[in-house]
Amino acid sequence: MSVIRTLQLTRYFGEKAAVKDLSITIERGEIFGLLGHNGAGKTTSIRLLTGILSGHGGTMEVLGLSPEKDGPAIRARTGVLPETHALDERMTAFDTLRLHGLTFGWAPRAIPARIEEVLAAFDLSEQTHQRIRRLSKGMKQRLALARTLFHRPELIFLDEPTSALDPVARQSVHTFLTGVVQSEGATAVVCTHNLNEAQAICDRVGVLENGRLIALGTPAELIAGLSEQATRADHPVLFEVPPEEMDRACEVLKQAHSRIHVEKNSHSLRVHGVGRAQVPDVVECLVQHHIRIYAINVPPVSLTDVYMALHSPRNAGQ
Amino acid sequence: MHFSAVFALVRRDLKIVSQSRGVLLPMLVVPVLSLVLLPVLAVVAPSLGDSEQATVLALSRIVDWMSVGLQDQLAGYTDLQKWVVLVLVYFLAPLYLIVPLMVASVVAADSFAGEKERKTLEALLYTPTTDAELFFGKVLAAWLPAMAVSLGSFLLYATVANWVAWPVLNRLLFPNAIWLILVFWVAPAVAAMGLSVTVLISSRVQSFQEAFQLGGFVVLPIVVLLVGQVSGVMYFSKGMVALLGLGFWLIDAALLVIGARIFRRENLLTGDPG
Repeated sequence: MSVIRTLQLTRYFGEKAAVKDLSITIERGEIFGLLGHNGAGKTTSIRLLTGILSGHGGTMEVLGLSPEKDGPAIRARTGVLPETHALDERMTAFDTLRLHGLTFGWAPRAIPARIEEVLAAFDLSEQTHQRIRRLSKGMKQRLALARTLFHRPELIFLDEPTSALDPVARQSVHTFLTGVVQSEGATAVVCTHNLNEAQAICDRVGVLENGRLIALGTPAELIAGLSEQATRADHPVLFEVPPEEMDRACEVLKQAHSRIHVEKNSHSLRVHGVGRAQVPDVVECLVQHHIRIYAINVPPVSLTDVYMALHSPRNAGQ
Repeated sequence: MHFSAVFALVRRDLKIVSQSRGVLLPMLVVPVLSLVLLPVLAVVAPSLGDSEQATVLALSRIVDWMSVGLQDQLAGYTDLQKWVVLVLVYFLAPLYLIVPLMVASVVAADSFAGEKERKTLEALLYTPTTDAELFFGKVLAAWLPAMAVSLGSFLLYATVANWVAWPVLNRLLFPNAIWLILVFWVAPAVAAMGLSVTVLISSRVQSFQEAFQLGGFVVLPIVVLLVGQVSGVMYFSKGMVALLGLGFWLIDAALLVIGARIFRRENLLTGDPG
């Protein structure tokens, strides 16, 4: 069952399209990553889907409702972590969550127990009655996350959720988020610059550029689809050959493949401009010329490589 | 409209206001300066001159510029008594209205522009409140402290004024009908006017200071009242004060209807006019 469905969703600010022809479907229980540079349209997408901004074209449906007509009903079932933590520094953690609970229609009696529960989950129990200005950056971010999840939302939007966190805290957020999604059947949309994070926790990702969706799929699909290009662009393939055969191997490869560039070092050849699919051809070429190969190292392609390839000048405007 | 949502917003904003020195300070300093120091100075001032008699006589001549209605109200008093009643009951009445207006404006300026400045507004926008609930919640959250300070200021003023006037008049000046109408009919309307204007302005600007400064023009009607009374063009009779309140309430009704119609949370982010 789809939780979010948009079709050619478009939103302008003046002449500039912040989101253009965005068509995505996100299923219940998914962790969906929305990737893109600053200004790519990630935050505007969240605002459109929660009914804070109205669209200028296309259609959208969230939790079976229309954000433009049913904004309050959608927001009641949604938790949003804004890019800035949006916490009032003069308040305590307890008051922040209590007032959040009241605004979301929680019965006052039920609130203290839930506060205790979420603060414990984010390791903030000792900070319950501390003013927020006294908390560290990481604690503030965790408190903002606790607030986002306080009212047990079905749909969670997280805008740069771990940007202020150290690796340990980041890992705990990942664990907590995947736990919430699995145990409560929630759906999460994670906007992030952190591509390792997206690769680690997202079931699928969409890459936005200038408001347009330029890639969509699981991290594995995107990596497979673009590994050829990404490998060629960024990483040399290493061939370990006997030192006495290195010069001859260079000559052979330069003659056989005019586009590749070969560098020598003490133990191996660094071959630039070779995609994964071409590695067997290169091996065959060397073997035919009786050059022995001890090892081949094809660097693994990450989502970061895919992302960089998608945003490379060669792909601009596609 | 869900009133529970509105009251939740009000509780949230009141909590924030109670934690903010920048908002609390003017709320306390202005009433103390205008409603404690001024009446004391006004009554003590005549004795500070070279000749108290001459000063009192000069001051009481101000009554001659006043409207006939006010002169009738002051008939039968001695020169010093005239001066004391004129200042404490009539001249300071418009000044009292500055208190609810100022408090409402400060809190209202903090309510949107202040939240934008502190980058806390976005969390509020993602709550399940409607635009109308957000607007009325913000308005009410500014109006309630304005009323509390206004009532507290009146009690303080009445106490101080009675204390300084007693040696001259040998009777209590407060409470009186004019001021009761002023406190319970006009002041709430003035506060509502100030905050409606400021909420609408502060939803479109980026900083507390900007909102407070732009909203400053709402003080003009009060200045007009003050000048009008001191120059003798008008005076605060019971009927006049009641009518004044009615006028402010009509302006408020119009502002609230316009505000609820044009107020959109989208504009808080885009800065577009409604």
